[in-house]
Amino acid sequence: MSDEKLRVLIVDDEAPARRRLYQLLEDCADALPLSIVGEAGNGREAMDLLHAVAADLVLTDIHMPDMDGLELARHVLKLPHPPVVIFTTAYQQHALDAFEVNAIDYLVKPVRVPRLLTALQKVPKLKPLQEITLAKLPSGARRFLSITERSRVMLVPIEDIAYLKAELKYVTIRTVQREYLLEESLTKLEEEFGSRFVRVHRNCLVARDFIKGFERRVGDEGDAHWEVLLRDIPESLPVSRRQQSIVREIGRLAPEMRVE
Amino acid sequence: MRNLGTLARILIGANLLVAIAAALRAPTWDALPDAWLDYVAVAEPYLLLELAVLNALGPWLRRLAFWQGSIVVVAVTIAAGVLADMLLRRLLPLPANSLVRYLLGALLVAGALLFYLYLRAKALSPALIEARLQALQARIRPHFLFNSITAVLSLVRSEPKRAEEALEDLADLFRVLMNDNRDLVPLGDEVNLCRQYLALETLRLGDRLQLEWHLNSMPADALVPPLVLQPLLENAVYHGIEPSSDTGVVSINIFAKDGLVHAILRNPYRVDGGRHHAGNKMAFANVRERLALHFDAEASLKSRVTENAYEVHISMPYRTARNSVPARPPAAPVSADAGGRR
Repeated sequence: MSDEKLRVLIVDDEAPARRRLYQLLEDCADALPLSIVGEAGNGREAMDLLHAVAADLVLTDIHMPDMDGLELARHVLKLPHPPVVIFTTAYQQHALDAFEVNAIDYLVKPVRVPRLLTALQKVPKLKPLQEITLAKLPSGARRFLSITERSRVMLVPIEDIAYLKAELKYVTIRTVQREYLLEESLTKLEEEFGSRFVRVHRNCLVARDFIKGFERRVGDEGDAHWEVLLRDIPESLPVSRRQQSIVREIGRLAPEMRVE
Repeated sequence: MRNLGTLARILIGANLLVAIAAALRAPTWDALPDAWLDYVAVAEPYLLLELAVLNALGPWLRRLAFWQGSIVVVAVTIAAGVLADMLLRRLLPLPANSLVRYLLGALLVAGALLFYLYLRAKALSPALIEARLQALQARIRPHFLFNSITAVLSLVRSEPKRAEEALEDLADLFRVLMNDNRDLVPLGDEVNLCRQYLALETLRLGDRLQLEWHLNSMPADALVPPLVLQPLLENAVYHGIEPSSDTGVVSINIFAKDGLVHAILRNPYRVDGGRHHAGNKMAFANVRERLALHFDAEASLKSRVTENAYEVHISMPYRTARNSVPARPPAAPVSADAGGRR
C-alpha cells in the first residue's frame, strides 16, 4: 500500500451511484488522504482496470450485471496485491445477514459520510477477504473462472469452457482456443455449476453444450467403451463404465446428436 | 349480467336444472332423451330471450338495489315466459296449461339463480373484497427506493433542478403506493404514474433503459385498478434491463378493441443463471388477483416468452365513469401523450 494516500476504485452499474460515491469520497478526503483511481460499471470492467492501476480499496455494489460484487471480490484475491473490498448495497437487511455473520463490511445506500469515513479508516488495518469467507455468502454460480498467469488474472467465461479435467493438483480447463490450469476441486466446481456440465468420468466434467455426440471405441483387447466427441475441438474423452447411462440420456435429449 | 362468465354460468345452470326436471319426469331411462328434448325446445328460446332482455337492461339494473333488481328480474321472467309461449305456440303443439307450468319452472330457476347470486354477493361482500384488496397493496422493491434516493442525492450538487423533478416523481409514486387503492382510476392516471416511475428508472439506469410507448389508441378514460401496470413495468426493468450491461427496450402498447382494453408490455428476456430471482411471481399474482376482484372473469393477465422477449398481456373490460357504478367523479380526459414532461 502506498504510504500517503488510500487508493480507491469505485464499482457500480448505476452512474448516479458512482457519482454519489465520488462526491462522498471527496468529502472524506479532508479527513483522510485518498485518491480515486478509477470507476467501473461492473466486476469485469473492475478487473480490467485493476490490471492497469493499483488500488488499496475496492468499493463495489453487490448487484451488477456481467459480474457482481461478490464474484469480483473472489477474483481480486488472485491479484498479486489484492485490495480490500467493501460492499455497497441498497438491498434489505435480511439479505445482508450473511455479511454480518462473517464480519464482512458493507455500506448501505444511501451511504453517509461518517459511516464511509469509519470504513475507510479501518482499511489499512484490514486484510483482504478470504476465499473461504466469501464462499459462505449466498451467491449464484460464478460467471468466470479466474486463473493467474504471469501475475495477470485471466477471466475465462463459464460458457466458453468445453470440459474440466482433474489432473493431480490441478484442474485443466479446456476452451476452443487453449487450456488453463486452475487450483480448485472438481467436486466443488460440479456443485457450483450443476447442470451446465455432465460428469463423464471420475476426473472429467464436460459442458453439455459442447457435446457433439458419442462414439463406441473398441480397444486392443476387445474391450469396448464410449467416447464423447466435442464440438469445435478435435478431441474425444472417455466415458467411464459407471457414467455410461449419460450416453443414452444425452442421446435421447437431443435426437439430432450422433450416437453411433 | 354483462359478464360473459356469469352468462355462461347461468346458461349451464339452467340447462342442468332442465335436465334434472326431465330426468324426474321421464318414467324410464329410455324416455329421458325425448322428455329432455321436449323441455329444451321450450326452455332454450325462453332462456335466451330472457337473458337478452336482462343483458340489455344491464346498465340500468346495475344501479338498483338487490331487491329492486330481483323484482325486475321476476317481472322480465314472467313477461319473457308469456312472449316465448306465444311464439312457440305457433310452431309446436303445446298443451293448454303449458304456460303456467313453464312459468312456474322458470320462476323457480330464476329464484334459484337470484339466491345463488345473493349468496355469492354476500361471500364477495364489499367489506371482504376491500379487505382483500387492501392486503394486496402493491409493494415496490425497497432497493428501487434506496437506489433512487442515491441517484437524487448525486444530482443535488450538480443539477438541483433535475433532483427536484426526481423527488417530485418519487413523491407522486409513493403517494399512490401508500394510498388506499381500492377504487378504480382512469387509465390515463395510471399511465402518467408509469411515466414518472420510468423517469426514475431512467435516472438510475441511463441509456440501458430504452422506452417505446404505443398509446395512440389508448382509452385514457377507461377505469382500471390503480397500480395495475406499474408493478409489471417494475418487473420488466428488474428482469429485463438490470441484469445486463447492454441497452434493452421496454415497450408499452395500450389500445381498446371490442369493448376491451389491452395492455401489452414487453421486455428483453434474459436467461441469467437464476441470479435475479423470485419477486416477479408475487407482483404478477398480485395484479392478477386484483384484476379478478375488480372484473371477475372479464379481465385476464397472461405472460409468454417470445423470441428473446418476455411479454405480459392484460385485458380488461372497457368501463368508464359513465357506464359503470359511479364510484368517484369522472376524470378529466387525458390525451394519449399528455403528462410526459420528458
